[in-house]
Amino acid sequence: IWLTSIRPLSLAGHVGFDSLPDQLVNKSICQGFCFNILCIGETGIGKSTLMDTLFNTNFENFESSHFEPQVKLRAQTYDLQESNVRLRLTVVNTVGFGDQMNKQESYQPVVDYIDRQFESYLQEELKIKRSLHNYHDSRVHACLYFISPSGHSLKSLDLVTMKKLDSKVNIIPVIAKADTISKSELHKFKIKIMSELVSNGVQIYQFPLDDETVAKVNTTMNGHLPFAVVGSTEEVSVGNKMVKARQYPWGVVQVENESHCDFVKLREMLICVNMEDLREQTHTRHYELYRRCKLEEMGFKDTGPECKPVSLQQTYEAKRQEFLVELQKREDEMRQMFVQRVKEKESELKEAERELQSRFEQLKRLHADEKSALEEKKRLLDDDQSSFGKRRAAAQLLQAQSLTANGKKDKDRKK
Amino acid sequence: MKEIGLEMDLEAQEKVELCRSVPADLQMSYIQGTDLFGYVGIEAVLDQMRRKTIKAGLEFNIMVVGQSGLGKSTLVNTLFKSKVSRKSCTPNYEEKISKTVKLHSVSHVIEEKGVKMKLTVIDTPGFGDQINNDNCWDPIVKHINEQYEKYLREEININRKRRIPDSRVHCCIYFLPATGHRLRPIDVEFMKRLGKIVSIVPVIAKADTLTIEERHEFKERIREDLTVNGIDVYPQREYDEDPEERVLNDRIRESLPFAVVGTDKEHQVNGNKVLGRKTKWGIIEVENVAHCEFANLRDLLIRSHLQDLKDVTHDVHYETYRVRRLNESNPPLISHLPAYPARPITMTE
Repeated sequence: IWLTSIRPLSLAGHVGFDSLPDQLVNKSICQGFCFNILCIGETGIGKSTLMDTLFNTNFENFESSHFEPQVKLRAQTYDLQESNVRLRLTVVNTVGFGDQMNKQESYQPVVDYIDRQFESYLQEELKIKRSLHNYHDSRVHACLYFISPSGHSLKSLDLVTMKKLDSKVNIIPVIAKADTISKSELHKFKIKIMSELVSNGVQIYQFPLDDETVAKVNTTMNGHLPFAVVGSTEEVSVGNKMVKARQYPWGVVQVENESHCDFVKLREMLICVNMEDLREQTHTRHYELYRRCKLEEMGFKDTGPECKPVSLQQTYEAKRQEFLVELQKREDEMRQMFVQRVKEKESELKEAERELQSRFEQLKRLHADEKSALEEKKRLLDDDQSSFGKRRAAAQLLQAQSLTANGKKDKDRKK
Repeated sequence: MKEIGLEMDLEAQEKVELCRSVPADLQMSYIQGTDLFGYVGIEAVLDQMRRKTIKAGLEFNIMVVGQSGLGKSTLVNTLFKSKVSRKSCTPNYEEKISKTVKLHSVSHVIEEKGVKMKLTVIDTPGFGDQINNDNCWDPIVKHINEQYEKYLREEININRKRRIPDSRVHCCIYFLPATGHRLRPIDVEFMKRLGKIVSIVPVIAKADTLTIEERHEFKERIREDLTVNGIDVYPQREYDEDPEERVLNDRIRESLPFAVVGTDKEHQVNGNKVLGRKTKWGIIEVENVAHCEFANLRDLLIRSHLQDLKDVTHDVHYETYRVRRLNESNPPLISHLPAYPARPITMTE
């Protein structure tokens, strides 16, 4: 086979493969889309409300208590449909984040959850018989990190958590409950947050600039990060329309009003413009990194020590041998332990037997003693009986003698 | 902000299900079909996907198999409306019948309305031309498997490329000479073997030698022969995903194999310029469905089923190859390994 160099060719007419993007889109419409969002934030910061507002629906929401001993994650999956597009949305919320006294391990359950999703995808991909096109992709595509509206700076918990997550997931920081901050304070707050993130080396998700259609919008939006959001599912009438808003005695904060908060920007960026890119980044960057690390950890390499390509088979065979040796060793150990236990049990049993035997002897002796004692008593009793019998006989004789003597006396008197 | 009037589907089913990738201590609930009150913007994902595809471009690899002189190169040129294959365009080109089947691969980049496509055409000169044609499909089978192997190796690497170059054969057009009778032994043997590893689209070549009735009967007999021999051609019945697709594909299956005529010459017919072959008894218009089925073939391959061809190759044929390959030198002990249930191994150097 020989390949001629690739040259561009001009078409003499309409061929029709420009319909390919449409074919692809149609196929995806039939299959449906999958999107997974992870929301990290303290209890009561407004995660569930924001999700409800973002997707214009009422998800099942449980109010969590502040007394969770550990951070947990709650994942809920929904099938949403807008015109002919079906979306399988999974919303994962943290429960109890930031409530504990000692927050050192707070980030761990989140990292574990993200890794678990990667792991199950990797497992599916490595199977021999696999069905990737039917696989329900549960990997986290976007992570909304909710920052408390303190107005000063990021908390150390925020920095630590984001640093642990930035190479595993696309982080989009948002300032929650932004209606408690005034406009000028907000500006300073945003600058402070971004500079802290940069100085701590946290890589948050940057909206992509490589596609000209959206580059301009994305560049502007990148400058507005982090988005200051307000969430509300309640409607208030403003003018002659009903809008989503929060009503205060001093005024009404309209969620979809861009001068009040950045909610619309968040929705645009997250869903309308970059959903596909978020999914792609998760697959090509974060997942690949996880896969590479995991496989390297297991000892697989692409090239060996002399930079010769090492086939997976060699590494695999070596590992298998190792494993078999290990298995054998363990088997031997188990066997030894078993023999040991048997010996111990045997000696125990023997001991018990001896004890039993001695007790039996003891009992026998006791019996023999008792028996001889009883016989002694019996002999005494017999002796008593016989002596008693003798005395009785003697007494009877005496009585008989005295009777005849008395009879003689009577006879004599009569004469 | 755009205001779009949307129609929502209300489904009130609620299911509580444990997602298998989440352990039991995480709570899961599964609600179907929530209605959205108002605009969210999910449909914009379709545009995003479209843009992404256009930017990324696509690759399409097509193989043409048939005896020499059946018009393979001409047909490819007609399909893609360009001089893909130089053969038919070089004047006084004398085709030398090669002694063995050699595969000849040519790649071009073509662009239409912003969509770039890297088209690779693999030609198979020498197929079926020898006196003894035993095993003439072997080089072809070898080539197809080599492409799968290349892809598999790339996929297994620890450090993978962002986009794995796809040189797998997406479609194989098999040219049947217009004898009017039935399938010949070489046709049956070839299609039986290759139908299992690649999507075959059989076509009747140089169909301008058959009348409409003859064509109809020939096609029926071919379809019979295909069924009798258990040959599965594209679109395969078992990969129809939903009833709509089945109806569509059934219609295609009923008109297989397409009777085609190829040309790159234009003539004037009724004041229009059309592609056609001029003969003394008339002009055969290539794109006229009353004359031949070229337009149907083109629509199938390019306008409606291009993505599907690629998907079937990736999801079905490639996976079959992968399963076979990974099972080859695996003793059954693999399933007892603690960490991963099975690891991709076996690479012949």
